Amino acid sequence: MSRVYAANKGASVIKTVIAVIASAVMLYPLLWMLASSFKPQHLIFQDLSLWPDVFTLENYINGWNGFTNLTFGTFFKNSFIVVLFCIIGNLLTCSMAAYAFARLEFTARNFWFALMFGSLLLPHHVVLIPQYILFDSLDWINTYMPLIVPKFLASDAFFIFLMVQFIRGLPLELDQAAKVDGCGHIQIYGRIIVPLLLPAIVTTSIFTLIWTWNDFFSQLIYISDPRKLTVALALRSFMDTMGQSSMGSLFAMSILSLVPIFIFFLVFQRWLIEGIATYGVKG
Amino acid sequence: MLSLGPMAVSLFLSFTDYNMLQAPDWVGFDNYARMESDPRFLKALEVTFTYVLLGVPLQLLTAFSLALFLNRGLKGLPLFRAIFYIPSILGPSVAVAILWRQMFGLEGIFNELLSIFNIAPKSWVADPSTSLYTLITLLVWQFGSPMIIFLAGLKQIPETLYEAAAIDGAGPFRRFWNITLPSLTPIIFFNLVMQIINAFQAFTPAYIVGGGQGGAIDSTLFYTLYLYIKAFTEFKMGYASALAWVLLVICGVFTWLLFLSSRKWVHYES
Repeated sequence: MSRVYAANKGASVIKTVIAVIASAVMLYPLLWMLASSFKPQHLIFQDLSLWPDVFTLENYINGWNGFTNLTFGTFFKNSFIVVLFCIIGNLLTCSMAAYAFARLEFTARNFWFALMFGSLLLPHHVVLIPQYILFDSLDWINTYMPLIVPKFLASDAFFIFLMVQFIRGLPLELDQAAKVDGCGHIQIYGRIIVPLLLPAIVTTSIFTLIWTWNDFFSQLIYISDPRKLTVALALRSFMDTMGQSSMGSLFAMSILSLVPIFIFFLVFQRWLIEGIATYGVKG
Repeated sequence: MLSLGPMAVSLFLSFTDYNMLQAPDWVGFDNYARMESDPRFLKALEVTFTYVLLGVPLQLLTAFSLALFLNRGLKGLPLFRAIFYIPSILGPSVAVAILWRQMFGLEGIFNELLSIFNIAPKSWVADPSTSLYTLITLLVWQFGSPMIIFLAGLKQIPETLYEAAAIDGAGPFRRFWNITLPSLTPIIFFNLVMQIINAFQAFTPAYIVGGGQGGAIDSTLFYTLYLYIKAFTEFKMGYASALAWVLLVICGVFTWLLFLSSRKWVHYES
């Protein structure tokens, strides 16, 4: 018995060692960028070490100063504004649409539901150009409206789907009891469903934050005014204008751009991981 | 719901010449016919198919093997799971694409690593024969999220199945082949569909690593990047709409084929 136990323990130690090595390999590029952002410019290249021999904040100071008289402070502020409104929009409208799908009877409900589900699987590029033409005719180019307004129209089918699944899991008796007490649909939605929807609301907020923060494609299409650049766009402009000589500053700002989502990841990682395990989010 | 209208407009535009200055000009199937002899379109297809058909299986294989490995007899699973998930969260960002471009560049650390083995340095992102593989590496690196889905699936397999099989004398290999693998087929299927659709739409890494143009001799000209160039730098909205519809059809056909084949290999609760 004890020999079996010892063998298991040995296997477990070997497994842990392999897992640690694999983790180190996986994280090495990120850690290297982190370390390099604190190295003086001329020491970044040809240095594989994860610990700066000479420690400097120069890259952060130079990088933060940005370009064309705009600091990264502006770009971070812009990104935060976009993210904030996208989260509000998704939470408000996706939860309402989900309530309608889960609890209301309306004509061709199944058809609309299938359509919404289908839009999850199909590339959104087919609607991209008509949307661009529409937003252009509304004079919304170089504003955040094209990024934010669609979120207020329940356009994120994925979150609707997630919330529909969640609401379907809530007992119908709650609705019926509220109805007996004289609640209408708006009150049932606001007082019964929304408070119980909290886990789905948290998951939606986290993923909206991460996806909007990482989004590059739609921001690239709609925003070109330097004052309105988001962090993702600013990094790309920074890369194009600076070149190899200020790789350190580029790394420093890249690291900073990852900090908000990394903090969110640390705080909410349990929610995130449960979220994908349950709903299979693309991540 | 709100996509039906724009979809119809987009379909209409795909049969026109439209530059946003003059009214759309009806050209019938010209846009679609022109693709056949458009070398950049054909190159974009080739690049994207290579990326998807090589990258996604490699990514899922990595995810699957690590999920199997982490599933049993390991202390600190939540910690490792979180660590392996980090690239999936940070990976789609511009910042990581910049890092990749640097890592596999001429002065990058990849060359530094290879110099230990006396391999001559070169720019892996600028060389058209290797640049696409650096992007595939980036895709594979983000295996964390399918891995977590596999892990969740592995946890669902009832322990009693394995015990019964062990009593019947099935070895580890047969238990894997007859229990683990069939039980996970719905999850393999799900991951396959999701990752293939995502990979077809990848944009950021190709844009950043290839400098916005598709890299050396278009070696990293992803389909979406070509669509972007046609629509938003050349303002050929009609042709770009046609490109979007071809992408939709390709994704649709892939999904449909996967669903068809799933009847043969995906086992649902018996």
